[in-house]
Amino acid sequence: MAKRIDVSDLDIYYGNFKAVEGVNLSIEPRSITALIGPSGCGKSTFLRALNRMHEVIPGARVEGKVVIEGQDLYGSDVDPVDVRRQIGMVFQRPNPFPTMSIYDNVAAGLRLNAKKTSKSDMDDLVERSLKGANLWNEVKDRLNRPGSGLSGGQQQRLCIARAIAVQPEVLLMDEPCSALDPISTLAVEDLMMELKEQFTIVIVTHNMQQAARVSETTGFFNLNGVGQPGRLIEYNPTEKIFSNPDEKATEDYISGRFG
Amino acid sequence: MSTSTQQPSAGPDTSAPSQGALGGHEKQAPWVPWAVFGAAAVLALAIGLLTSWNIVLFVIYTVVLGTLGTYLLSRVTEGPRKAVDRLVTCLVVSAFGIAMVPLVSLVYEVIRRGAERFDAEFFSASLQGVIGPGGGAYHALMGTLIITLLTTLISVPIGLMTAIYLVEYGTGRLKRSITFFIDVMTGIPSIVAGLFAYALFVLIFGPGVRLGIMGAVALSVLMIPVVVRSAEEVLKLVPNELREAAYALGVPKWRTILKVVIPTAIAGLATGVTLAIARVIGETAPLLITVGITNALNFNAFDGRMATLPVYAYYQLTQPGVPPQDAIDRAWTAALVLIMLVMGLNVVARLISRLFAPKTSR
Ligand SMILES: Nc1ncnc2c1ncn2[C@@H]1O[C@H](COP(=O)(O)OP(=O)(O)OP(=O)(O)O)[C@@H](O)[C@H]1O
Ligand SMILES: [Mg+2]
Repeated sequence: MAKRIDVSDLDIYYGNFKAVEGVNLSIEPRSITALIGPSGCGKSTFLRALNRMHEVIPGARVEGKVVIEGQDLYGSDVDPVDVRRQIGMVFQRPNPFPTMSIYDNVAAGLRLNAKKTSKSDMDDLVERSLKGANLWNEVKDRLNRPGSGLSGGQQQRLCIARAIAVQPEVLLMDEPCSALDPISTLAVEDLMMELKEQFTIVIVTHNMQQAARVSETTGFFNLNGVGQPGRLIEYNPTEKIFSNPDEKATEDYISGRFG
Repeated sequence: MSTSTQQPSAGPDTSAPSQGALGGHEKQAPWVPWAVFGAAAVLALAIGLLTSWNIVLFVIYTVVLGTLGTYLLSRVTEGPRKAVDRLVTCLVVSAFGIAMVPLVSLVYEVIRRGAERFDAEFFSASLQGVIGPGGGAYHALMGTLIITLLTTLISVPIGLMTAIYLVEYGTGRLKRSITFFIDVMTGIPSIVAGLFAYALFVLIFGPGVRLGIMGAVALSVLMIPVVVRSAEEVLKLVPNELREAAYALGVPKWRTILKVVIPTAIAGLATGVTLAIARVIGETAPLLITVGITNALNFNAFDGRMATLPVYAYYQLTQPGVPPQDAIDRAWTAALVLIMLVMGLNVVARLISRLFAPKTSR
């Protein structure tokens, strides 16, 4: 299921503005990789390039190579819609579909793609996904209520359930906990630990402790100045990044945050 | 940093009254302005009786005197700040009143005169063979409904798809030029739309042709830009995050539009369409040219002239026959029915937006 991602010499542009430059890294399957770095250094931009979500932004384009299990992501014969089916994404702000019930939100991935699924299979899938997202107990009595009526943290977990319901091989999470309280954050972190048994997870976070808690590998992005492209400064096992990083900038950033 | 230390020059004698001017006055009782206006009305009545009685002058005198009185009284008892507040309140309320005068008097007049023939016969009979009293506008009502329905069938798909193109797909020059032409279309005088449809059908069927569908085409020219504009605004309101959420699930763009964007915007879309219908249902000029008028019932929009309510009202009023009063009564009732249709559509629009609105209750 889970897949390995190799990125080489990736540049990402918004129109003429180069937002990210020269990223080289490889992401192991069945692991959690954390991306940290100051605001505006291109973490979200990089994450979106991994499932071709940047293409929905007018003017955004990439140069370089992303290979997923030997398959070139940007190959001319690759359909971005197929890519996104394999590489799910959870966004910074929870975005359940307001017209749909909780049940329909979880079922949306299959329903919107017009996959024929029997009622009982669908019920199973919804229950499994909601349990996977640690939300089942809270919503099992009100599956037919609108998804937008949940609390922010519940909505975020609903979005995670929606993303894992289509059984992607990679899950990209862009600051999934930035709008959550510590308890929901812990719930989501526990969830990530469980999910990494099946999925490859890449998470963007501003929370150092979170990166240290959940990830095996950490990448530090930084930018030299305003208007400069962001770069991957250091990419190492998490313990190494947080105990004795190779780069001075990494140490400054991390200790600045902690100190 | 207390205020007293910052105003060393203000002695205790001078500061006390200045504080009083700010807030020390007694608050006016709520009935006082009404009493002032009552007194103004009495005064205006007196002036009216002394000079020459005139209801319009009476109202004007009352409002002017009342506003002045309220201002002066408030200035003396409450201070200048509050007085200006009351003055502006009076002005705003008067402006509102002036704006309401045409609406209220129009509705009142139409109801009063239209009630005369607001009966079963009006809604069940045509004008075929009617001279003098009796007769109805069943044929015109049906004509209006059929032509409006056809207009809607033509305009809504074209308008919606144009709006979807503009919001979801359009970029660059094509999008800009479509937006520009939609703006131009919004400003087309309705008579020009009628002439356009007439000229178009004359090319095909020869001069003198009158068909219901011609009217629908002419009205579509007026309705399409309204639908495009309102649908565009509503579609733009759908948050981009929802589209991205769908894309991230591997949903193709067209399915995202069909299953996520449109359902989210459906309330606004339906409201916009309803209001666009209300906008064209009362058009007269284009129908005058393209559909003409008839006294007989005609359900077929593709065969011959049809009657419509606005044109019916126009002909009943301008060519009443003898005695004129019967036809004039019918004209007013037709106007009343038309207003009721438009009001009904507005109510429907409100109900739709309430019914379809995304549910957020827990
Ligand atoms: N849609 C866009 N169009 C143009 N420029 C963009 C767009 N999105 C992001 N950028 C620019 O790209 C750069 C990187 O932005 P990005 O959103 O990736 O930062 P980030 O690292 O995710 O920051 P944060 O931690 O605040 O979320 C920024 O300079 C930003 O201004
Ligand atoms: Mg970001």
